[in-house]
Amino acid sequence: MQFMLLFSRQGKLRLQKWYVPLSDKEKKKITRELVQTVLARKPKMCSFLEWRDLKIVYKRYASLYFCCAIEDQDNELITLEIIHRYVELLDKYFGSVCELDIIFNFEKAYFILDEFLLGGEAQETSKKNVLKAIEQADLLQEVRRLCFLKAFRGQKHFAVQVS
Amino acid sequence: MPAVSKGDGMRGLAVFISDIRNCKSKEAEIKRINKELANIRSKFKGDKALDGYSKKKYVCKLLFIFLLGHDIDFGHMEAVNLLSSNKYTEKQIGYLFISVLVNSNSELIRLINNAIKNDLSSRNPTFMCLALHCIANVGSREMAEAFAGEIPRILVAGDTMDSVKQSAALCLLRLYKTSPDLVLMGEWTSRVVHLLNDQHMGVVTAAISLITCLSQKNPDEFKTCVSLAVSRLSRIVSSASTDLQDYTYYFVPAPWLSCKLLRLLQCYPPPEDGAVKGRLVECLETILNKAQEPPKSKKVQHSNAKNAILFEAISLIIHYDSEPNLLVRACNQLGQFLQHRETNLRYLALESMCTLASSEFSHEAVKTHIETVINALKTERDVSVRQRAADLLYAMCDRSNAKQIVAEMLSYLETADYSIREEMVLKVAILAEKYAVDYSWYVDTILNLIRIAGDYVSEEVWYRVIQIVINRDDVQGYAAKTVFEALQAPACHENMVKVGGYILGEFGNLIAGDPRSSPLVQFNLLHSKFHLCSVPTRALLLSAYIKFINLFPETKSTIQEVLRSDSQIRNSDVELQQRAVEYLKLSSIASTDVLATVLEEMPPFPERESSILAKLKKKKGPGAVSVNELEEGKREGGELNGGGERGGDSSAIAASNASTPSPSADLLGLRTGPPVTAAAPSAGSLLVDVFSEAGVNDDGFLSSTPPSVVSEDPATPLPESNELLNKFVCKNNGVLFENQLLQIGIKSEYRQNLGRMYLFYGNKTSVQFVTFTTTVTCPGELQSQLNVQSKTVEPLIEGGAQVQQVINIECLTDFTDAPLLNIKFRYGGALQNLTLKLPVTINKFFQPTEMASHDFFQRWKQLSQPQQEAQKIFKANNAMDTEVLKAKLLGLGMALLENVDPNPENFVCAGVIQTKAQQVGSLLRLEPNAQAQMYRLTVRSSKDTVSKRLCELLAEQF
Repeated sequence: MQFMLLFSRQGKLRLQKWYVPLSDKEKKKITRELVQTVLARKPKMCSFLEWRDLKIVYKRYASLYFCCAIEDQDNELITLEIIHRYVELLDKYFGSVCELDIIFNFEKAYFILDEFLLGGEAQETSKKNVLKAIEQADLLQEVRRLCFLKAFRGQKHFAVQVS
Repeated sequence: MPAVSKGDGMRGLAVFISDIRNCKSKEAEIKRINKELANIRSKFKGDKALDGYSKKKYVCKLLFIFLLGHDIDFGHMEAVNLLSSNKYTEKQIGYLFISVLVNSNSELIRLINNAIKNDLSSRNPTFMCLALHCIANVGSREMAEAFAGEIPRILVAGDTMDSVKQSAALCLLRLYKTSPDLVLMGEWTSRVVHLLNDQHMGVVTAAISLITCLSQKNPDEFKTCVSLAVSRLSRIVSSASTDLQDYTYYFVPAPWLSCKLLRLLQCYPPPEDGAVKGRLVECLETILNKAQEPPKSKKVQHSNAKNAILFEAISLIIHYDSEPNLLVRACNQLGQFLQHRETNLRYLALESMCTLASSEFSHEAVKTHIETVINALKTERDVSVRQRAADLLYAMCDRSNAKQIVAEMLSYLETADYSIREEMVLKVAILAEKYAVDYSWYVDTILNLIRIAGDYVSEEVWYRVIQIVINRDDVQGYAAKTVFEALQAPACHENMVKVGGYILGEFGNLIAGDPRSSPLVQFNLLHSKFHLCSVPTRALLLSAYIKFINLFPETKSTIQEVLRSDSQIRNSDVELQQRAVEYLKLSSIASTDVLATVLEEMPPFPERESSILAKLKKKKGPGAVSVNELEEGKREGGELNGGGERGGDSSAIAASNASTPSPSADLLGLRTGPPVTAAAPSAGSLLVDVFSEAGVNDDGFLSSTPPSVVSEDPATPLPESNELLNKFVCKNNGVLFENQLLQIGIKSEYRQNLGRMYLFYGNKTSVQFVTFTTTVTCPGELQSQLNVQSKTVEPLIEGGAQVQQVINIECLTDFTDAPLLNIKFRYGGALQNLTLKLPVTINKFFQPTEMASHDFFQRWKQLSQPQQEAQKIFKANNAMDTEVLKAKLLGLGMALLENVDPNPENFVCAGVIQTKAQQVGSLLRLEPNAQAQMYRLTVRSSKDTVSKRLCELLAEQF
């Protein structure tokens, strides 16, 4: 995998992970182009498209688009499930994750991703093991909890699609 | 897991993020950010030392601001400080900042590397993982230099925790991708391969990515991974869905690992060991069988994971391309997916079938799905799926279904998405050419293509149809008739006008017998389009008109009228004006003979790879068009090009035919078009090879002649001696050679077939040269072509002195090689030995011949056998100065004829080469193209070897 982008329906970038060296300018250009391309697609269309010399695999969960760029010989369907497993991990960690969790705890979203994917390859696919690593890290710190009343903020959480 | 989100409680960060979210405008957001940046800067600069928590909070805020898309130019140092914190979360934020925002500030890189080093050696697995993640995320060369040696050790050490191994494997992979030279597996190789056997599935999952990448680069060293991968795969495939516990995903055992194992196997050919192979085939069969079983879950995740493995297995089956049974089963499975309700599966099935279509075992099976695929092209709602369908139709096309597929693609083109039209056009053009049985179908198809999607028909496509029509005389009449009809349409695409103009200009005579398409009707039809066309097309039409004058003298006055009109002869476009003026002049002063020569029909184009295939390949990138397909295209293209019919001729003749476009080619303004580019790589380059090797006696071409008797010393001339030789083609006097010791000057004069050369050897040192001897030899067949006699020189040359040597040369017959001059002497005790080529070239024996334009063209025409002509198209090495060119041509020894060539930019020369055996008349034409900085040089002479040699010598002069 070359990179992964999370962006909202409004086109706001929520998370970016680059596994190939690119300049900031190039990253911004790619992001702009891809967000536009993906948002222009209709709901029933297929989740794969050719883009430059890469294959784009994307899926929408509630208000967020998860979008991965893979190389020619990579497997589209398994990438789709990488996205799904990441969503499951976020969901399990945050408890019914929603876009706000990722905005306010963006650093956690990055940490979880690093435990799951490293250098663009699956490092650990067991949900239990990934969460165990994150939990262990959490135990090392004095956890002060910050609550978000999701119902109050009216965000639809991903669980709608996760379960 | 609690239902509340956990953070590490950076309240300030949360407040800041809230503030940003509440900003109503971009300006407000920027204002808020600037305020925060000022605040953070003052905190970082303040006297009061910040505690770890505050530092972490501010660094995190900076990171947030950066991720919003703003530039951050400070805070790196504070982030680096966090790396050495003992508190995990502080360290973690520090690493995150570095991973996202690292720049190659060398000072910082050293500090970062230090912190990483400490964490790697901390033996705290959580810290080690953080450090490894950071290396994997940054992956810079500096990090590779620092850690590429250490990480393999961590990866294979017995006491490394599993989670650290996983990170180490992928970290190493990232470093290998950026700096393969620094990652040396060497002694670790076999232990790394054995990670495939690790008990921990996570370790295998991570390690296999590394192994796959390394195997691609060093297949031999890693080949033991094949049997390990097969047995691992077999265990997974045969396991029950619950065996693998948390590695089972929606009832599919270890889908990621399975895919990676199948991917690894695609780096290798089928296993040679029968048992291993049997086991693998069993696995593949099981995977195919499972696809037919009822799903264990209705969730899309279940089917996706299962099918991901299936597609990867099919890729492996296609990669092996050796198991007909499996290939056909794969094809049937994909056939089912073609009609699946999931768009994703239809897309992938179409994509995968494309590769199956190129296998001889499954090609026929793929073809049975043609109706479904055509239907997909028509009805799929997603353009990317339609694109796949078009690709598959292209891939499954062969002689049996070409007409159907081309027709379907053409009809799809009428409504096709703009994004894929150009590619579709190329594909239709290629298929039409490749599978054309009768060429009228081909012509019809291409003209239809231009009609339907003219805007997307690139130059290559219409060049190609013209090349083919010119090379196939059986289709020329039909082509003329068809373009004539197509041009009747009130609105024609400009590309149609181009093809029409070109073809009628060449072959309009073939339909001129019919009063409905009489010459004048043809002309009026073409001219009715003229005013709507762009300049290049108008230029082409003007050339068609002058060709008409030649084909149909009865149209001469009408066309001259047109050329003479102000809108032509005073056109503000230089090219059009020039053509109008030249053509008008040409048509009024040249005799019918000259006109017929200048405007003769285009010669066949040389055999070569289809330009459109090359274009498609370029467009799709390497790999998109299989090698197989390319070769096939080349072969079939060649056949089409008329090469097939000429198969009996020797390739040399074919090559020189290829380089014989009529002199009218440039008049027709196609300098940048097909004929010139086509001729460029032909005969000329072939000759270069032969002649550049000629000085060295081991060349295969020359060794067939009797070996040299005279040559006692097989010394090879200096590498630069060819260059030195070239210096003297157009002049007789100068310095032939100079180094620190010796200078050799030369003076020569030639009369008839005799020459005399004075060589001056100058001692540049203050020490005498002793035992100074020179020998002149004629290697190989040259000894029967040249008679060279040299007087001996004084064996001693004092320091600073000069001695002279006289050489007499008699040209017996024409020759190509040059005599060798070997010089030996001792300087301060050391033996010096060098060999040069004596600048005796065939043109030295030229007698200039003056002649009038009429005579020149008549002789030119007489020398029309293909072998008598040599042509070269080459880039200008020097400025294209007319005076310099003239001086050089005069130096060549021929007469420079003024007012002979209709184009004043061109040069023509005539001369006779005097040899004892015969006289060889030679004509030369040099056409400079200042715009392209290219020359075309054509030499015709009564002897083929002379033409070639002259062309060869001269091509180096400009």
